[in-house]
Amino acid sequence: MKVLVTVKEVAEVEDDFEIEGTHIAEQFLEYDLNEWDDYAVEEAVQMQEAGDDVEVVSVTIGPERSEETIRMALAKGVDRAIRVWDDALEDAEMLDVAAKTRILQAVVEAEEPDLVFTGVQANDDSFGATGVSLADAIDYEWAAVVNALDIDTLLAENVANVHRELEGGVEELTEVDLPAVLTIQTGINEPRYASLRGIRQAQSKEIAEQDLDDLGLGLADVESDLILTDMYEPESESDATIFEGDAGDTAGQLAEVLREKGVGAE
Amino acid sequence: MTDVLAVTEHRRGSLRDVSFEVVTAGRELADATGGDLHLAVISGDVDKFAEQVNCDGVDQIHTVAYGEEFNHDVYTQAVEALYDDLSPSIVLMPNSVNGLDYAPAVANGLSLPLVTDVVDFEWDGALTATREMYGSKVETTIEVDAERVAVTIRGGEWPAANGTGDAEVTAFDADIDEGAIGSRVTGFEEVGSGDVDISDAEVLVSVGRGIEEEENLELVEELADALGATLSSSRPIVDAGWLPKNRQVGQSGKVVTPKIYLAVGISGAVQHVAGMKGSETIIAINTDPNAPIFDIADYGIVGDLFDVVPELVDEFQ
Ligand SMILES: Cc1cc2nc3c(=O)[nH]c(=O)nc-3n(C[C@H](O)[C@H](O)[C@H](O)COP(=O)(O)OP(=O)(O)OC[C@H]3O[C@@H](n4cnc5c(N)ncnc54)[C@H](O)[C@@H]3O)c2cc1C
Repeated sequence: MKVLVTVKEVAEVEDDFEIEGTHIAEQFLEYDLNEWDDYAVEEAVQMQEAGDDVEVVSVTIGPERSEETIRMALAKGVDRAIRVWDDALEDAEMLDVAAKTRILQAVVEAEEPDLVFTGVQANDDSFGATGVSLADAIDYEWAAVVNALDIDTLLAENVANVHRELEGGVEELTEVDLPAVLTIQTGINEPRYASLRGIRQAQSKEIAEQDLDDLGLGLADVESDLILTDMYEPESESDATIFEGDAGDTAGQLAEVLREKGVGAE
Repeated sequence: MTDVLAVTEHRRGSLRDVSFEVVTAGRELADATGGDLHLAVISGDVDKFAEQVNCDGVDQIHTVAYGEEFNHDVYTQAVEALYDDLSPSIVLMPNSVNGLDYAPAVANGLSLPLVTDVVDFEWDGALTATREMYGSKVETTIEVDAERVAVTIRGGEWPAANGTGDAEVTAFDADIDEGAIGSRVTGFEEVGSGDVDISDAEVLVSVGRGIEEEENLELVEELADALGATLSSSRPIVDAGWLPKNRQVGQSGKVVTPKIYLAVGISGAVQHVAGMKGSETIIAINTDPNAPIFDIADYGIVGDLFDVVPELVDEFQ
């Protein structure tokens, strides 16, 4: 069985930042593995550990910088990685869901995995749509926002019994035929830290670079119908009373408000 | 081809609030495009749902009677069939967990660009949408370079439609292909019950990722004790296994409306706010003055919780 995990390196923004045009200025960004993808990687690695013959491959659309993040996934147990990049992607202002779908579709067609795990969303642009869009494009079944997966049944019977986390503390129990795409929710497992041994092994694992040409794609395939025309800090709707002073002062003022409201009075 | 097709949502026999919000948003768009607002009601007791959602501003309701509960294969097929029949400019869907389980498939199947989690929009021959990025730290404007588009809207951003409308209700034969249904819902499970019910508490001290380490939870436990409050949390604390699921506030946790909600090291992500915005008084302690939690707070301290919380505990001991 082969599991393909999509992995995205996302930018996290510092508390204080500046916007340049339609982007946050580079010096205020830090890059890390997308939180949701960390859980997707862990779920795939747990399958590989539970099964006899499970290969885990990760795919990233990202520049050379993202290799650091990919190495982390390899160190956690991913067998090999694919990194898709191209000058055309470097120049693209924005990759919309459809463009990402076409790229990942080409990778799936080459790899033919039985399962694809994606994160529910990426915590930079939060579209939350690539996994299900991909499933439709490659004619796989799917389930979105999965927070439990029965790995033993999956390996034994080729069917994915999942919980989908709905709103309001309700979970939907669903049976999904394979091949399938599952979008993985945080909390489904406890992502491991890479061991020293894992980090050492990751150095010799393959990261295959592929450009659009390698994937049989052209410029038109990565053109986005969505155009990012503006980015701004939302006007603060806050009418909060902010207490001023050092920790002792502010705590004192807050305590007064709390006491007025009857808190702590016994 | 200026029409709007909006899709309703229900679960276990009841329409969900978003169904009435897509009506309001759909009407707004249809007014701008000069077209009609069509509603799709798919699966379950469609006649009952159609009657309930027949609000002011709806022009036509199409029911697809197939199955009971939501199934994404059925929804995808039904919406695509309705699209082929009606040829709308805009397909409007909720950005709910189920919305995200079929909207991307619909967009892909119909080769429509997709904009998700939209909080505002304008129509001027094409759609311009507003959506947030980086956990609500920035807003972006997105222009859609196409005549037709699929959109999902964030819950709670548009008011619920009301009034009794007089839209015609017609049964639509979507010709659902049973062989293409590859997933089956086998049940539902309620999670998060247990020893405490945080939705009963009058005062909640709620802790977020700012607490950094499990050992540090002691600090907020002390605070909760000193204030006679109950301890709740944002999602990452529960994901990490530091607190049980029944302590989680938010979209997928509990909705709480205490007298006082004291958020300690919580950024105020939309899925968290969905569970606590109805609190009477909201207080936030956060190092980031731009954290979205301050937008809904009544009182705030911009500061390090590791400095402020011990001082606050002292005040009450
Ligand atoms: C489908 C779905 C459902 C979800 N459901 C929920 C849900 O039910 N509930 C929920 O909470 N989330 C939910 N989320 C997750 C949500 O999007 C956020 O990821 C989460 O709420 C963030 O939690 P947080 O505010 O604790 O962490 P962060 O966003 O990481 O914020 C931590 C905050 O702590 C502050 N901080 C850091 N250090 C300090 C310090 N020393 N002193 C003071 N402040 C400090 C930071 O400035 C920051 O604002 C859901 C997401 C999805 C996709």
